[in-house]
Amino acid sequence: MASLGLEKQLHYLIESMYEEGLLDVQFQHLQILQNEENPNFVAEVITTFFANTEKVFKELEKLMKEIEVDYKKMDCYIHQLKGSSASVGAHGVEKASIDMRDFCDQNDIEGYEKNIPIL
Amino acid sequence: MAFATETQFHVLAVDDSLLDRMLIERLLKTSSYQVTTVDSGSKALQILGLQDDQTNSPSVYSDQHDMEVNLIITDYCMPEMTGYDLLKKIKESSSLKDIPVVIMSSENVPSRINRCLEEGAEEFFLKPVQLSDMNRLKPHILKGKYKEQHQQEVLQDNSTTSSNNNSNKRKAMDDEISPEMTRPRLTSSVTVL
Repeated sequence: MASLGLEKQLHYLIESMYEEGLLDVQFQHLQILQNEENPNFVAEVITTFFANTEKVFKELEKLMKEIEVDYKKMDCYIHQLKGSSASVGAHGVEKASIDMRDFCDQNDIEGYEKNIPIL
Repeated sequence: MAFATETQFHVLAVDDSLLDRMLIERLLKTSSYQVTTVDSGSKALQILGLQDDQTNSPSVYSDQHDMEVNLIITDYCMPEMTGYDLLKKIKESSSLKDIPVVIMSSENVPSRINRCLEEGAEEFFLKPVQLSDMNRLKPHILKGKYKEQHQQEVLQDNSTTSSNNNSNKRKAMDDEISPEMTRPRLTSSVTVL
């Protein structure tokens, strides 16, 4: 059946993300919380995560374009990103956020910009 | 005298992050708690009935005037009112100070943790909060309930008028006991022959 094929694909995708360090054990904890009564829990959480992240990226982009970069505000947004990525097990994003924060602390806009593709 | 002991405990979860609210709600419900989530400390205080004007006006959220909360779990880092500020306000309130408060944070800052514990927080959870952390809540809830019940018993013994709200659910044998009895009852079960 086609759906079985898709399930298998999804399984392999998730596996590879674990291997690449993009996902961590927290994602498994999310999966545990999903059950018959809440069959869409993981999808809802990830959807919310993507929506949040998109908003944060837009704000960060705006802030970066300012002549006088407000590192404090940026730090605030990155803190949000770090928190939400940790909550869903998006390890890759979490790690990149931590690096971004360091650049912010040092007011290092160049280092920050270099990290954006990673994020 | 067996009354319903299946009542779920009610936890108020406070977090400005929608994602974290979704998570904590699922964690708590999976652990059989009744959950209310709010996105700020000020909304939490509203729900708890602690408003500046002291009136118990029905809030947007509930029809119930007496929304009993058995535990409050709050994020530390929130705009306007931090979890620490909220904790302080709760501990300063005579009506709320016995409700156990747990603080959550994504950052492991020992000075922050100590400050919260010193202010009266029962526990500090590091985010992301796990299902296993939910097991640590019950002892604090039960401690809070015991304190509350003990206080209520003391209040009842001190009052001379019978109130309509007998929150002490055990039926006292009123026939033999005079309403003006001032001797504090340590146990409320009285056998009458």
